[in-house]
Amino acid sequence: MGRYIPNTDQDRQDMLEKLGLHNIEQLYEDIPPEVRLKDSLSLPAPLSEMELVSHMRAVAAKNKIVDEYVCFLGAGAYDRYIPSVVKHVLARQEFYTSYTPYQPEISQGTLQAIFEYQTMICELTGMDVANASMYDGASALAEAVCMACQATGKGKVLVARSVHPQSREVIVTYGRFRGINVQEIGYDDGRVDMEELKQHMNRDIAAVVVQNPNFFGVIELLDQIAEVVHHFGGLLVISANPISLAVLKPPGHCGADIVVGEGQPLGNPLNFGGPYLGFMATTQKLMRRMPGRIVGQTVDLEGNRAFVLTLQTREQHIRREKATSNICSNEALNALAATVYLSVLGREGLKEVALLSMRKAHYAFERLISGAGCSPVFSTPFFDEFLVKVPTPVEELNKALLSCGIIGGYVVEKDYPELQGGWLVAVTEKRTREEIDALVREVSQR
Amino acid sequence: MKVKVIKGLRYSKEHEWVKVDGNRAIIGITDYAQDSLGDIVFVDLPEVGRNVQVGDAVAVVESVKAASDVYSPVSGTVVEVNTALEASPELINQDPYENWILILEMSDPGELDALMDAESYERFCEEEE
Amino acid sequence: MKGRPLIFEMSKPGRKAYSLPHCDVPQLALEEMVPKECLREQDAMLPEVSEVDVIRHFTRLSRLNYGVDSGFYPLGSCTMKYNPKVNEDVASLPGFTQVHPLQPDEAVQGCLEILYRMDRLLSEITGMDRFSLQPAAGAHGEMTGLMIIKAYHQHRGDIRRNKIIVPDSAHGTNPASAAMVGFEVVEVKSNDRGEVDLEALKAAVDDTTAGLMLTNPNTLGLFEGNILEIADIVHKAGGLLYYDGANMNAILGIARPGDMGFDVVHLNLHKTFSTPHGGGGPGSGPVGVKKELEPYLPVPVVEFKDGVYHLDYDRPLSIGRVKSFYGNFSVILKAYAYIMSMGSEGLREVSEFAVLNANYLMERLKDHYQIPYNRRCMHEFVISAQRQKERGVSALDIAKRLMDFGFHPPTMYFPLIVKEALMIEPTETESKETLDAFADALIEIAQEVEDQPEKVKGAPHTTPVRRLDEAKAARNPVLRWKP
Repeated sequence: MGRYIPNTDQDRQDMLEKLGLHNIEQLYEDIPPEVRLKDSLSLPAPLSEMELVSHMRAVAAKNKIVDEYVCFLGAGAYDRYIPSVVKHVLARQEFYTSYTPYQPEISQGTLQAIFEYQTMICELTGMDVANASMYDGASALAEAVCMACQATGKGKVLVARSVHPQSREVIVTYGRFRGINVQEIGYDDGRVDMEELKQHMNRDIAAVVVQNPNFFGVIELLDQIAEVVHHFGGLLVISANPISLAVLKPPGHCGADIVVGEGQPLGNPLNFGGPYLGFMATTQKLMRRMPGRIVGQTVDLEGNRAFVLTLQTREQHIRREKATSNICSNEALNALAATVYLSVLGREGLKEVALLSMRKAHYAFERLISGAGCSPVFSTPFFDEFLVKVPTPVEELNKALLSCGIIGGYVVEKDYPELQGGWLVAVTEKRTREEIDALVREVSQR
Repeated sequence: MKVKVIKGLRYSKEHEWVKVDGNRAIIGITDYAQDSLGDIVFVDLPEVGRNVQVGDAVAVVESVKAASDVYSPVSGTVVEVNTALEASPELINQDPYENWILILEMSDPGELDALMDAESYERFCEEEE
Repeated sequence: MKGRPLIFEMSKPGRKAYSLPHCDVPQLALEEMVPKECLREQDAMLPEVSEVDVIRHFTRLSRLNYGVDSGFYPLGSCTMKYNPKVNEDVASLPGFTQVHPLQPDEAVQGCLEILYRMDRLLSEITGMDRFSLQPAAGAHGEMTGLMIIKAYHQHRGDIRRNKIIVPDSAHGTNPASAAMVGFEVVEVKSNDRGEVDLEALKAAVDDTTAGLMLTNPNTLGLFEGNILEIADIVHKAGGLLYYDGANMNAILGIARPGDMGFDVVHLNLHKTFSTPHGGGGPGSGPVGVKKELEPYLPVPVVEFKDGVYHLDYDRPLSIGRVKSFYGNFSVILKAYAYIMSMGSEGLREVSEFAVLNANYLMERLKDHYQIPYNRRCMHEFVISAQRQKERGVSALDIAKRLMDFGFHPPTMYFPLIVKEALMIEPTETESKETLDAFADALIEIAQEVEDQPEKVKGAPHTTPVRRLDEAKAARNPVLRWKP
């Protein structure tokens, strides 16, 4: 019998007999002959386990990887160190082979882990409540926009151009089909242009969307933005980098109404873009407007503390077309990775990761300016990623760097034509002084 | 199942009851409705001042696994909501007729004629079973 | 409070589970880099625990769970089949996990090759022309597919088409996805055979119909035998046909949605193609379309030209992006490995045994439980506990009691059109012995309902926690820990 099928020919025979059938074909008599497949599917011949592993290794070998190349590329996905513990916890079958915890009596492991995750996200963001996860940072941001429109009954949002270009694209896609009008607000010295914001803000705006640190790595002045947004009765939606929240003032303390972000840096590998983790948190007031699963605390028959999916009437399986969202499967295992990562790093460790990355990024910035002929684009404070203008054509520079073992920064002119020659460099805690010096040397020689 | 029906109230097919007090309609859900929902955990109340047409979803009563719209049995303006239900939604389970949900200032009291009296409603519930 | 400690309750200042390298660059103070008003005033209250604390805590939690590797998991509509271990291995090769999504095309040829080949494989399996692997889950795929349908109508100037028809047996995600895309939902009734009622469908379609969403076999586990008529009715009205791939496990190599008249399909790689559910995710919900809908697929699309794979962003009619990057790549890898291991015969056998196992199990249960649609089923079937309900025992009680027998319960109270429903999907990766043991347990429970109903109503008795007070959780939501 085929792979992963335990029944034998004899079993098949016995089961068919029990059904009073002679052959498997009879099971399919409800399918009209016109739609029955006449021939076999045209698929490659099956590989044995050994052949499969060889095949996959051969394909994998065609990629250049951050273990072998020094990575200065960020722009929404970061090459951070993942403590060994994370992988070992995630390999527990009870976590990775279980379904959504709809049966709480045999799912307390997943449920308690999500409750701990929700607590950590609330702590980092400074918000009241968090959900169990969204697909990724970009779709979480789009869902936050939809949520803000539903909550306010308004259909227009302002999105800062300093928000990740892909996130802005996802907002536009989600918004386009449900009639949400999206308008962009420019930047001034790398930060939201406050004059432009004030000019466009009015009582018809459901929400203003800002990223912090923004796509350029620059730290936004959230307090000031919140004041303008709230003055006109709008909601402030923030997309935050979770590592930065160890040291930066949490958006919740700046007046944010919904906070989302890309949780990949919290213990999830780069994986060529996914699966990642969208986190989402909001205020008590907007709790029932939030999409996605939420775990709550309760007790069992014997009075023991226990956890269960709650506020489910918001969700599609109960509310159908009136649900807050259609989301069902989320990124539970990635949220577990984040929970374990944050448990390992803890209160001090996460600050250290943030501080290490910032110091290295600031060192790299200084050296690229002073020793490699790069020039600063903005004068505003940044976190661990920054924009510089390089002296040579930027695509060519990246090509040359790749040939000497370095994955260069992100070329921003694709998304910001006005920033010709702009190079977005990310420096995580993994980068060493030696690697940074090598980068500076290579750039200076072009 | 024997459900409690109170004489003197008007009833809708969606299992709402109306108590008429001059031009005001006091509205709640019936014993049948609370029984089929089970433990009520949340009531989403409308804003005072909202204008509603007959048949509009004016509130939502939620149990753990279901959410049930409350359809307004008459048209009018919301003049009062029962805020006690915000903290204690289970009051509806305890006594659905004592614990009203909202009060409307009716714009067309003639609409009351389309509703059932206690006896017709009792029969209606038996048929629903 | 009684119960197990949370990680926060194990915290002790000064304890740590991490080690980081010394800082080898100038040690600027935080305030030198960021103005004080942008900095935190108080630390985030993350736990301070040792490495062994972390490992023991999460190991303890894991043991409170039940996974496919723990035992039989007949969750209807979820296809909880065995997750082959070698697929986990190949998806964690550093050559795949250590790739940044924004590296230049030339540095990611292996990843692009997988995406391109997967598009070809899924197209062949479903009879479609082109797939996008971007959607992160089934519901995300539904939303994407419906956006494609809407964009198609809009581009043709057919802007009145604002309604999506959904059968009353459909998954909740169907109407919810339609609402996300700004469609109005029209529900059609099922007939007494559990299939779409053709007359009701005819009455429902008109020149405002954008499309029909259908699961086939449907959520009752029944094949919609009138599928060609259904397709004809919808197409003649100018609408498109959407295939919800939740139940694709029944028909691999047997029949293809593309040959039934479907214009758009989504698949759930975490169901049919054996990737693990991860306690709720990540999934992957690729969307496949027929040729005329290709221009509307999300950007980017992987193309292969002159021996090189590249990402194509130049697609002016595209609906745009639905998520960052290219999809849940490592999930796609596992599904790719699965298809490469199975081949066409292997996949057909998957469906044959999925269907045989379901029919065998139904046969074993039919004298003990009501079978609302007593006919040949596909890969799953629905029983009703109506008979047991008369003794005061509900489908929920029976589901909970199954846990005491060491089984994961079936899906409960779905589809909505069957009262006291229990929806059972055994999958092909279970042996006859397992099916017999499960049937024996359900039969024994049916007997308990007669003899000692209280025992069933009080179940489960042997699980890490007893039944939970769900009303308390919803009335006074406690959604985070506080000291």
